[in-house]
Amino acid sequence: MSSEKQYIDLYCENRELIDAHSAPAMNALREDALAAFQTLGFPSRKMERYKYTDVATAFAPDYGVNLKRFGFPVNPYDAFRCGVPNLSTSLYFMVNDQFADKASTRPHLPDRVVIDSLCKVAKEQPELVNKYYGTLARARKDSINALNTMLAQDGLLIYVPKGVVVERTIQVVNILRAEMDLMVNRRVLIVLEEGAQAKILFCDHSMDGHEFLTTQVSEVYVGENAHLELYELEETHTRNKRFANMYVDEKRNASATIDSITLNNGLTRNRTDVSLSGEYAEVNMYGCVVADGEQHVDNNTLIDHQAANCQSTELYKYVLDDKAVGAFAGRVLVREGAQKTVSQETNANLCATKTARMFSQPMLEIYADDVKCSHGSTVGQINDAALFYMRQRGIPEEEARLLLKFAFVGEVLDSIKLDALRDRLHFLVEQRFRGELGKCSGCGPNACSTR
Amino acid sequence: MEGKNSFVREVADKKYEYGFTTDIQTDIIEKGLSEDVIRLISLKKEEPDWLLNFRLEAFRYWQTLEQPTWGHLQLPEIDYQAISYYADPTARKGNGKQEIDPELMKTFDKLGIPLEERMALSGTAVDAVMDSVSVKTTFREKLQEKGIIFCSISEAVREHPDLVREYLGSVVPYKDNFFAALNSAVFSDGSFVYIPKGVRCPMELSTYFRINARGTGQFERTLIVCDDDAYVSYLEGCTAPMRDENQLHAAIVEIVVKENAEVKYSTVQNWYPGDAEGKGGVLNLVTKRGHLRGANSRLSWTQVETGSAITWKYPSCILSGDGSQAEFYSVAVTNHFQQADTGTKMIHLGKNTRSTIISKGISAGRSQNSYRGLVRVASTADGARNYSSCDSLLLGSSCGAHTFPYMDVHNETAVVEHEATTSKISEDQLFYCNQRGISTEDAVGLIVNGYAKDVLNKLPMEFAVEAQKLLGVSLEGSVG
Repeated sequence: MSSEKQYIDLYCENRELIDAHSAPAMNALREDALAAFQTLGFPSRKMERYKYTDVATAFAPDYGVNLKRFGFPVNPYDAFRCGVPNLSTSLYFMVNDQFADKASTRPHLPDRVVIDSLCKVAKEQPELVNKYYGTLARARKDSINALNTMLAQDGLLIYVPKGVVVERTIQVVNILRAEMDLMVNRRVLIVLEEGAQAKILFCDHSMDGHEFLTTQVSEVYVGENAHLELYELEETHTRNKRFANMYVDEKRNASATIDSITLNNGLTRNRTDVSLSGEYAEVNMYGCVVADGEQHVDNNTLIDHQAANCQSTELYKYVLDDKAVGAFAGRVLVREGAQKTVSQETNANLCATKTARMFSQPMLEIYADDVKCSHGSTVGQINDAALFYMRQRGIPEEEARLLLKFAFVGEVLDSIKLDALRDRLHFLVEQRFRGELGKCSGCGPNACSTR
Repeated sequence: MEGKNSFVREVADKKYEYGFTTDIQTDIIEKGLSEDVIRLISLKKEEPDWLLNFRLEAFRYWQTLEQPTWGHLQLPEIDYQAISYYADPTARKGNGKQEIDPELMKTFDKLGIPLEERMALSGTAVDAVMDSVSVKTTFREKLQEKGIIFCSISEAVREHPDLVREYLGSVVPYKDNFFAALNSAVFSDGSFVYIPKGVRCPMELSTYFRINARGTGQFERTLIVCDDDAYVSYLEGCTAPMRDENQLHAAIVEIVVKENAEVKYSTVQNWYPGDAEGKGGVLNLVTKRGHLRGANSRLSWTQVETGSAITWKYPSCILSGDGSQAEFYSVAVTNHFQQADTGTKMIHLGKNTRSTIISKGISAGRSQNSYRGLVRVASTADGARNYSSCDSLLLGSSCGAHTFPYMDVHNETAVVEHEATTSKISEDQLFYCNQRGISTEDAVGLIVNGYAKDVLNKLPMEFAVEAQKLLGVSLEGSVG
């Protein structure tokens, strides 16, 4: 219990301080979360869902925690200039777990749409938060949820009321910035009411070379007939550890596209649980991972078909080099009565070296008979015949390899519906494959990477 | 859909044909498990000290373990002290062991396993095991002429102690898992097969397992060693009486395959599955593993799983010889309240090793049927290749079909592929058959058999016939 103890002590000794710098809606769940965390502890690798990531070791070092909510002097625009060319977005910044109010441009938004600090909204309009906070990401389900609920003081709220369509993409840039090794507990709440539509892009960056440990718990509510596109791009550095749990609930006729792209990171563990709780709901999940060095990327997904006539597709692709470790575990659960479910899951992986390791685990658990479910998974290398064909036509081997790798992940990138973002990612991925890290032309010299 | 439902009902209501009991005097030891019981079993079998020590070590280790819970199964609490670990139906008072009780002969006749050599199909030698004891092994002399050893493991311990000592526990060590430790402590008869260098076994070898006595379990142990350039095909069948108690069957099968040798291992598992309410039935918790030690060795597992209340079984292969090849073909049918969690493990260690996995699950009634498989490619296994395909067919809205494949790849030259589908019988296929005058029942039968054909084709002929019958579906028109 040594790793757990420091977090339990931290909380017990600073209860008042934590509460004082947060909102009642968030404080209300802390004691319960503490009890859950005490019972659960950090999961061991014997637990099925944590087989591929050693959580306790990642949480063992002593990180600073910004309980008093000091603002870090940061001008995000110094660090982050890239944006996505040709994509006009409503831009917001989060520095660590704080909503950077002053930095954000307060773009014009449709009426009653709220994009703001979770803590602030929880104080000012508690009815928006109380109804949703902590209902999907239950502390008792998972120890990362418990830890985050216990310690998180702020985060982000995106609220789109009934029938409102937010045309412009909402871009949220998460910047990690510290003077010391830091633990960040960020909370995200996204609510799309009936018939609402939004496109959201999260970019994770780190600004300096300190070690970061981030827990992020996101709860996403997609109401009836609502449509959500959610893109997450991680471009941090090798000293960042990220534990992100996302819970999505989709009502009748809702649809969601969730894209998760990891290009630069240290240790990443993304857990995404999607429940299709209303009939005719649809979810499309895509993931793309490019990893080398000692990067570790573990994507763990669950698609829970609770209602009939729902559809899900899942496509994850990994390219692993050097000593990188990749893991994908995707479980599709079709509950009794969820008839006419259509589900397809694909995981394809390229291992480029002997020392790279890939763990793939696509799972189907089906309790209804009238379904069409399939999954496929492959681990392999670049096709020799294709390579030969290209070399025959005068393409140097290195270039040919690159082209093939690029084409391999292209399938995932092409799923991105925002043209400008898709082009940008093609560019970033190509650069990534060429080994030109941290030279992202749009970003500042330190913004993307300090590898 | 009425027709289809009636077919499903028919499959579901199908009677278990082998549920009779044989009234025969059986020497059953006291219930319970302790070091004394293990000493007693060892004494009854007149075993050497090293084997007793092996058993005791395994038992001590077993005591430190807990029953695993990771399977997708609702395993009932098993009271290990309420089971008798040794039952000997051949121990008749006054009679020498040479004479087989006519009741026993009758039982095996009834099961379709004639123990008279002149009556048997000439192609198969049988080792018949009832409860804890091997009743008879046929064609032993004929096989001996070629240097093949085929006998029960207790006899092998007495007659070929060096061979048994060398290989016993070398593929499945007693520390492997909970049930392997239990089996190592209390195991009784199974078969021992040794095929010497360069010999192609002229007939199919088979073992028939039968549980008869009440309140017992069966803990057989089978060891097959196939030396360089040798070949053997081995079959295994099993049945048990209908009882409302759960009977435990925890077996170990170990196979050693040396250079250029080939072993085919086929199972038709038809333990009593419990009644329509899910009461009774055999708990089939077995560990089967083959070690492909030599270069270019081959091992193929084929299994048809229709019985047992609970099946927990993963016939596996360790491919350490360069260029070795392993195959796993499985049809698992579950009905009523049956639960099956079955699959395989392919551990690639040698260069250019290849493995194929074909698994077909069929669930009906309120049963749960899971495929669980691991393909691991170690960093030494350059050029390893695996192909897995796992399909599930659902015949009813209350059953479940699940797939849990694991792929751990640590080598960049490996190619590992997995695909799985789950669906019910397609309306199009049914419609097509109906349109051509085939009734829905027959059409479902056709489709189910066609679906399982990839696996049934791999079985030796007589077995394939039995397996097809077991699928409970008429084959009219589909056998070409």
